[in-house]
Amino acid sequence: MTAVDFDELKVDDVSRHFGRRRAISHVSFSVTRGSLLGLLGPNGAGKSTLLAMLATLLRPSAGRIRYGAHDSATPGSALRSAIGVLGHDLFLYPELTAGENLEFFAGLYAVADPRASAIEALQLAGLADRADDAVSSFSRGMRQRVALERALIHRPRLLLLDEPFTGLDDASGAALTARLRALRETGAIVVLATHDLDLAEGLLDRAIFLRDGRMLDTVERPDGLRSTYRGVMSRPHATTVAGRGA
Amino acid sequence: MFARVVWLVLRKDLMVEVRSLEIAYTTLFFAVSCVLVFAFALVQEGRPPEDGAAGILWISIAFAGTLALGRAFERERQSETLRALMLAPAARPAIYVGKLLGIVALLVAGEMVLVPLIALLFQAPLLARPVWLAVILVTGTVGFAAVGTLFAAMLVRARSRDVLLPVLLYPITVPVIIAGVRATAALLQPDVDGEILRFWFALLVCFDVVFVTLALWTFEPLMTD
Amino acid sequence: MPKWFTPAVALCGLMLAISPFLIANAPYESTMGLVQKIFYVHLPSAWMFLLAAIVCGVASLRFLFRGDPRHDRLAWAAAELVVLFGIVTLVTGPLWARKAWGVWWQWDVRLTASLIGWMVSVAYLLLRKYGGPGSDKLAAGLALFGMANVPFIYVSVNYWRTIHPTTSVVPTLPTSFGLPLWFSAVTFLLLFVLLLRARVRLEEQRAQLDALYLSVDG
Repeated sequence: MTAVDFDELKVDDVSRHFGRRRAISHVSFSVTRGSLLGLLGPNGAGKSTLLAMLATLLRPSAGRIRYGAHDSATPGSALRSAIGVLGHDLFLYPELTAGENLEFFAGLYAVADPRASAIEALQLAGLADRADDAVSSFSRGMRQRVALERALIHRPRLLLLDEPFTGLDDASGAALTARLRALRETGAIVVLATHDLDLAEGLLDRAIFLRDGRMLDTVERPDGLRSTYRGVMSRPHATTVAGRGA
Repeated sequence: MFARVVWLVLRKDLMVEVRSLEIAYTTLFFAVSCVLVFAFALVQEGRPPEDGAAGILWISIAFAGTLALGRAFERERQSETLRALMLAPAARPAIYVGKLLGIVALLVAGEMVLVPLIALLFQAPLLARPVWLAVILVTGTVGFAAVGTLFAAMLVRARSRDVLLPVLLYPITVPVIIAGVRATAALLQPDVDGEILRFWFALLVCFDVVFVTLALWTFEPLMTD
Repeated sequence: MPKWFTPAVALCGLMLAISPFLIANAPYESTMGLVQKIFYVHLPSAWMFLLAAIVCGVASLRFLFRGDPRHDRLAWAAAELVVLFGIVTLVTGPLWARKAWGVWWQWDVRLTASLIGWMVSVAYLLLRKYGGPGSDKLAAGLALFGMANVPFIYVSVNYWRTIHPTTSVVPTLPTSFGLPLWFSAVTFLLLFVLLLRARVRLEEQRAQLDALYLSVDG
């Protein structure tokens, strides 16, 4: 199966509601290859919903998501094999070893040589010597590293990360940031949702601030994230700038 | 491609189960408890009821099967691995078949302990015709698990899934239980009525074919939001 | 509500008021006596039970593959009517059976199949009530499986045992029995349509309310 390839991810006036609750409201943005986009906002801002839609797990109630020429209305195997997701949960089987987990998912993603790519992924995670240990015996930071390599095992064009810094110590956090930077160099599109502003500082090419499902502001190459964040979030609802609906 | 994904999912499930043996032990123990409860309820003056063994066997399978199904998918929910499976580019019906085969393997393994136990406790000649019994048990188990796997997978996202699984599953699998019990009871007769046996077996096969097809057909729309 | 609704309600009320007289004036059946009159309620409600189940199944199938929420609302409304008419059928049946067969319940094919069908629809409603978000799809799947299951239940229970009177009795009934029966059937059909319409309407309004909340919010 050949994966869909694309240079741009375009979110066009997307909304998603659950019953009468609007989780995401008229969000529009686009990201191109080799850039790192941050979705920033408090809990319940709609970051995870937005990521689930980008991952094709949820369909937008309105609006479209375009992956190059491919549309979100027709998700399929070819599109899914171009996307990698690091969820809020680990997506790993705790009873299996790190190597088995990676090999299993490599197989599901129809990677040419699952075993070799699992070994390579473990080296990237710095866990080559722990390949035969069950994931349940790993620390939070080690699990997160395996989970990241699991999401990257098929070399996706688009990588989606939901709160990747949660529970990581400084060293693991720095390692993750370095890995994301390296990915950006290879031409991947990285979208990460986080509320950890310190670790995201200096990493993002663009930051989108979300609150209550709406885009409050977009900042290019942000620095001083914390003060920008405070400034944006303290705005009253009436002055939100982006994508207001009727 | 399809067969490869089926094999991957099945092997993964068996590997996880062999490591922990959690479902195997708890389900088996539960099934044995069921058998004992029925023994206390039905055995009078030291004598088991006629034909009782067939019914007790299938009720134990159905009860233990529900437990195993619930647990197997609870495991996929723990770190949201079912989501990960849905995100993979693999054909979703293949994932369903892999999960189904895993459940069937587990239940058949349990039945291997259950059958001699019931034969012993209820003085039933269950092992007199082992090939026929194995065929009936496997076809019945496949039918039960085909519906159960689909419902349990759907319910992973639902609230109160633990109670809802048996509520949904039992009314739908009534034909499997009737056919399984009647066919097994026919096997227990001193001289087997081949016609009756073949009828119930044919019904089980039809049920399997229809419900596996239906599950393969609806798994994709049911699992997409 | 559509224009025909109020006159139809009045007509249905009138027919419900008239039918007891028609039933009372119908001749006594020689062997069953008064108990036979249950039949005028039992049979039409059983027909509506079946009709509601078919509507629910077809609407669920269409919802599952087309995703149109209108079909979902129709399926939900129909499922509630399956439960309602099912209760009437399953209560009046044993009353008649006690006199005819000497027992309240027989494990005959139609009784058993009806009971299982009724249980599937109760399961459907339980799923909708307690399943939480996303349970609309699951309920549609359940309805579909319930439909596919009907022939299997019928064959399996039939082979298991049977003594229910067959359908071929109905057309041979003399007009004196037939007229109240058909009148009653039409009344039940009208009642069915009205209840279904009212229930769908309720869900439509809920959906509209949700949409209004969303538009204010958005």
